Amino acid sequence: MKKVNKEKIVPILFLLPSVILIAIFVYGFIAWTGVVSLVNWNNVFPDYTFVGLKNYIELFGNYRFQISIKNLFVFTILFITSSLIIGLFLAILLDRKIKGENIFRNIYLFPMAISFVVTGVVWRWLLNPGTGGAGGSVGINMLLDKIGLSFLKSGWYTDPRIGIKAVVIAAVWQMSGYVMAMYLAGIRGIPTELFEAAQVDGASTWGVYRFIVLPLLRPITLGAIIVLGHISLKIFDLVFAMTGSGAGFSCDVPALFMYDTTFRGNYFSQGASIAIILLISVAVLIIPYLRYSLRSEVKR
Amino acid sequence: MWRKGLVIFSLILLLLVLPSIAQLKGKIEIFSWWTAGGEAEGLQALFDIFHKKYPDVEIINATVAGGAGANAKAVLKTRMLGGDPPDTFQVHAGHELIDTWVKTGFMEPITFIYKQEGWTKVMPKGILDIVSYNGEYWSVPVNIHRANVLWYNKKIFNENNLLPPKTFDEFFKVAEALKEKGIIPLALGTKDGWEAAHVFETVLIGKLGAEGYKGLWDGRTKWSDPRVTDALETFKKMLTYVNPDHSARTWDEACALLVEGKAAMNIMGDWAVGYFLAKGFNDFGWYSAPNNADIFDALSDSFGLPKGVKNRENVIAFLKILGSKEGQEAFNIKKGSIPARTDVDASKFPAYQQATMKYWQTYKIVPSVMHGAAASEGWVTEFKDVISLFVVRPDVKTTQKALVNIAVKQGVKQ
Repeated sequence: MKKVNKEKIVPILFLLPSVILIAIFVYGFIAWTGVVSLVNWNNVFPDYTFVGLKNYIELFGNYRFQISIKNLFVFTILFITSSLIIGLFLAILLDRKIKGENIFRNIYLFPMAISFVVTGVVWRWLLNPGTGGAGGSVGINMLLDKIGLSFLKSGWYTDPRIGIKAVVIAAVWQMSGYVMAMYLAGIRGIPTELFEAAQVDGASTWGVYRFIVLPLLRPITLGAIIVLGHISLKIFDLVFAMTGSGAGFSCDVPALFMYDTTFRGNYFSQGASIAIILLISVAVLIIPYLRYSLRSEVKR
Repeated sequence: MWRKGLVIFSLILLLLVLPSIAQLKGKIEIFSWWTAGGEAEGLQALFDIFHKKYPDVEIINATVAGGAGANAKAVLKTRMLGGDPPDTFQVHAGHELIDTWVKTGFMEPITFIYKQEGWTKVMPKGILDIVSYNGEYWSVPVNIHRANVLWYNKKIFNENNLLPPKTFDEFFKVAEALKEKGIIPLALGTKDGWEAAHVFETVLIGKLGAEGYKGLWDGRTKWSDPRVTDALETFKKMLTYVNPDHSARTWDEACALLVEGKAAMNIMGDWAVGYFLAKGFNDFGWYSAPNNADIFDALSDSFGLPKGVKNRENVIAFLKILGSKEGQEAFNIKKGSIPARTDVDASKFPAYQQATMKYWQTYKIVPSVMHGAAASEGWVTEFKDVISLFVVRPDVKTTQKALVNIAVKQGVKQ
């Protein structure tokens, strides 16, 4: 009897410190943010008068919030699809067992090891259009001039019609290598017998990828979408370092607006309601995935 | 024998005690956003004076980069609310100081330092008014800046036989001439979000005059005034003469266009002088922003004493240096601003500051909105956002309506 108790208690004791810390510093503060979003704390000094959903209603009527939600939507769609396509393409190329595979794999993976802030600053310079005119080009535009592709020059992130799409370039540059690594592992995990069987049956290379590789990579694609999706919804550092809120908020995202309205404008409650909206949108993405993966684990 | 021992013992004791009477010890953490050329050097000059007087105090220079303190203020707020105030911090005198920190009870009044040092006699009333609230003084103004200055590259103006514009009409004539020559007429950097609103502030002053502009912030002038419409229309036209990459540049990177000779004019506060001189560029001229003649759009950086700081005595010593003649001279010569004290030796200063000292005493003084003197931070943030959007979507009607709404939200009847 005594022994059973000990076996039950020891793991609990080991887990307890981290459980308590997470309960306070993660869930406790999420709950606190929720509370702040429902009160009238819109000056530096806290004011805990309950105002219900007023902050949320005001937020959805705010032009800057509307723009930043739209930008976030565009950013997420473009960022996820381009990272997946480029990542898969690189993985397939590397899977051809070429010489120096390790070197290429590392080259593609390295950007992931860099902080988004560094990426942001470097791409801010690279995509800076310069002042235009003769000799006024810098960065990518200068490169395009040099190789005779001047017609491709653009204002990049300074052009409000492009705005956030220029930030996508930097984000994809950083994360597609990571997607490649995931896909490469997935492709390598497919049993060779399947390829051999398909070849015996006379399948073309395209057929092999279309009917064997891609379906078997589906769980990896799903995982990648979850990882990229939550990065994208929470994106702040990259945009902050690279463009700020951009010309006419064309690069603005909710996280940036949250920072601005909270710390520059002292609208603490409004900032908290943006945080809660972001939390909900990430949850919408992640919870179905968690349920799916938990269920499939149970099945096994 | 024991007597000799006692003498030695008390001598040792005296030696231990003496320095602690004469000298302050420990640390002092000074929080500011002065990191660019000119301002960082001014801050260093202050540190040097402090260090000479109190060599045993370790100075912790806590700076957060970013013009107008955009990022520094965020760090400061989390620290203040979290109960970890820096020993002293940079804050714009005026509404930013009073509304954000004094009314909310984060600061300690420093009227006693003013009395001890006799500052009430050497600083003009205009500046004493904006650092006081409820009959007490709350911070030490280190400098006065003028925000409504038009800077121009003398070489470009001479080569093209142009004169610096005094009115909006002249501005557009000059700008058109420069544009034809392929020179950027007006350098602008909008990356940090406040710079466009800064220029617009000078346009408002130009169109409404000193009293009309001041009235915008206390309800005497309506935001729906046709002169505000005129200001927006004029600003819209000015924006057609700026560099296309303005959203990629910060204020100092916009000044760089002037230094490189790519742009002819720039409307910026006089911290630009510090930047020009730090870059070794002397060929600049200045004039009031269009239609701003005889008006001094003022702002002031100041330092105060937060409640519950760890090194209170050191802060008081530092504040005394900030307000001293020596400190104000050393700092302002480097930073390009003018001292808040009126009894400093003007001849030590470069030409620009000498001229500004005269303007400070003769011009009509108005508080700058973008730099915290005229309105609360909430108002300033929303004002800046509306103007940022206007730069790309110059819709005069919608923008004016938005400006009216912000004023209403801030409790000013329209």
